[in-house]
Amino acid sequence: MGRTLAEKVWDDHVVRRAEGEPDLLYIDLHLLHEVTSPQAFDGLRLSGRKVRRTDLTIATEDHNTPTLDIDKPIADPVSRVQLETLRKNAEEFGVRIHSLGDVEQGVVHVVGPQLGLTQPGMTVVCGDSHTSTHGAFGALAFGIGTSQVEHVLATQTLPLAPFRTMAITVEGELPEGVTAKDLILAVITKIGTGGGQGYVLEYRGSAIRSLSMEARMTICNMSIEAGARAGMIAPDRTTFDYLQGRPHAPQGEDWDAAVAYWETLATDEDAVFDAEVFIDAAELTPFVTWGTNPGQGAPLGANVPDPADFEDPQERVAAENALKYMGLEAGTPLREVQVDAVFVGSCTNGRIEDLRAAAAVLEGRQIADSVRMLVVPGSVRVALQAVEEGLDKVFTAAGAEWRHAGCSMCLGMNPDQLAPGERCASTSNRNFEGRQGKGGRTHLVSPQVAAATALLGRLAAPSDLSDRVVPVEA
Amino acid sequence: MEKFTTHTGRAVPLRRSNVDTDQIIPAHWLKKVTRSGFEDGLFEAWRKDEAFVLNRPERKGATVLVAGPEFGTGSSREHAVWALQNYGFQAVISSRFADIFRGNSLKNGLLTVVLPQETVDRLWELTEADPTAEITVDLEAREVRAEGVTAPFELDDNVRWRLLNGLDDISITLQNEADVAAFEAKRPSFKPRTLPAA
Repeated sequence: MGRTLAEKVWDDHVVRRAEGEPDLLYIDLHLLHEVTSPQAFDGLRLSGRKVRRTDLTIATEDHNTPTLDIDKPIADPVSRVQLETLRKNAEEFGVRIHSLGDVEQGVVHVVGPQLGLTQPGMTVVCGDSHTSTHGAFGALAFGIGTSQVEHVLATQTLPLAPFRTMAITVEGELPEGVTAKDLILAVITKIGTGGGQGYVLEYRGSAIRSLSMEARMTICNMSIEAGARAGMIAPDRTTFDYLQGRPHAPQGEDWDAAVAYWETLATDEDAVFDAEVFIDAAELTPFVTWGTNPGQGAPLGANVPDPADFEDPQERVAAENALKYMGLEAGTPLREVQVDAVFVGSCTNGRIEDLRAAAAVLEGRQIADSVRMLVVPGSVRVALQAVEEGLDKVFTAAGAEWRHAGCSMCLGMNPDQLAPGERCASTSNRNFEGRQGKGGRTHLVSPQVAAATALLGRLAAPSDLSDRVVPVEA
Repeated sequence: MEKFTTHTGRAVPLRRSNVDTDQIIPAHWLKKVTRSGFEDGLFEAWRKDEAFVLNRPERKGATVLVAGPEFGTGSSREHAVWALQNYGFQAVISSRFADIFRGNSLKNGLLTVVLPQETVDRLWELTEADPTAEITVDLEAREVRAEGVTAPFELDDNVRWRLLNGLDDISITLQNEADVAAFEAKRPSFKPRTLPAA
């Protein structure tokens, strides 16, 4: 019987397989950041261990970094200690690090791909659940806890429990104005926050194949929001074209050998998935969340649901709690929900295509007076590219704030936070209670919806903008 | 890791589904660089409400958390496990756990037990009616016991063996270092490196 993409990558990394033991898998790339690594390095020190493969390890600073005044000392002493701890650990153990101020600094899941370190057929781990992003290249990539971070540092391997496979097949063409973000939000609402539990998802079908690498990363990124172990997309010409010429992409004969291998990775025609989900791309519309988990979403054209309509008692209670927290009434059209803030950025939607999409909507227009908008590029490289294209000027001219790269308001660890009760349309990945700041209320949206929402001050899509302003020539 | 064999204690019934790691330990706590001192951050936002179950005097000293489905969904932060342990929890019972949280808990000796939702419902009813009711989580027998409840649970043999003996995963893997070195010797040359060759 044939094998799936995930099974092939798994099989190619088995270091040891023994009866009654989990498979021991080799890890090709280990990404580190300041939040989940300090206790792992402490563990190494306590047991007198070294980092086994510093040449397969790389660190960036992202979760905790400020997006303003980055040339000044970090104001919060606790944040400062955490960043200094990563720098000290990197130096002591010989790990490459891209610190605040470095041209390669940025959100870890933006940095890996843009350096060409993320490649098809690899195993990639990081102490961050959104490591699933790297699956867009046909890599088996998953988030791990700090104990596992220490395990990988010390051994470059992980003992891993077996997984099941799920195909998410999306056929057809995405309608105009519908993005990868809308697609993945619809998938999560369909299968639920636990629907992917124990599975590696493989996104397939014509709608997926037609997506750019950055759009594929947006989709794989949020696999974890469906509870999945990982998300993957088979590598193809789009993948190879993205990689070729990047700093760490193979060159010359190595490139040819790599491509020949990568071309063998696609799921065999006779492979069988443990579960399958089908989605018709043509039926999708802009999608937003109304609740406090990413599975509580609906088309932008829908109303806030009535908890009484949920059959499952757990879901009903969850919906009641969510509406209470979100300050929403059942039956309200989502398009009438007013927001105070808009956040464009994160490992989900902080890449150059996302910024271009938001800027295209904002160009020549002004955001609503009642809204504050933050645009936070996913990396310094993304920021530089945006500046070269003049996008930063589009954002500031529209009334948005153009910030420095980092995770920022996606998780509110740095000073970029919502105030209690503030409502935000956010291109990030989690709408949990308090995620973007204590008492803050989050609606997950695409960059296009974020921009249209900023202009109108209420949840909206670009198609809602009646004042079709002709963009001013730069 | 501490050994886990069997534990008996009073319970905290938490009737909520999708308890995410941002609720268990909010992000601002993650700036700490230690594995301890997270107890005050546990369910920080909900604890502001006096009526929240963890604040009830009769729940003081409880060591078994009985939670709704999809417990631990969200981020990979192991701090969520440390916060539960720092607070005093030894075991968490739910009908479904998020994968990463579950993995993290078992690496730290916090026993996460999967039971059918009907059994969780019965444990909720029992411990809500009688806060002094005790729950026994017996890893040797792979069984949860409480008044009127005897529920077997599944746990991978290898994971159970590690927990019963308090074994350190890294030491076990290092015993197979020769396998790792042999694998490394055959890795293709096109695989990327983060550093120039030494």
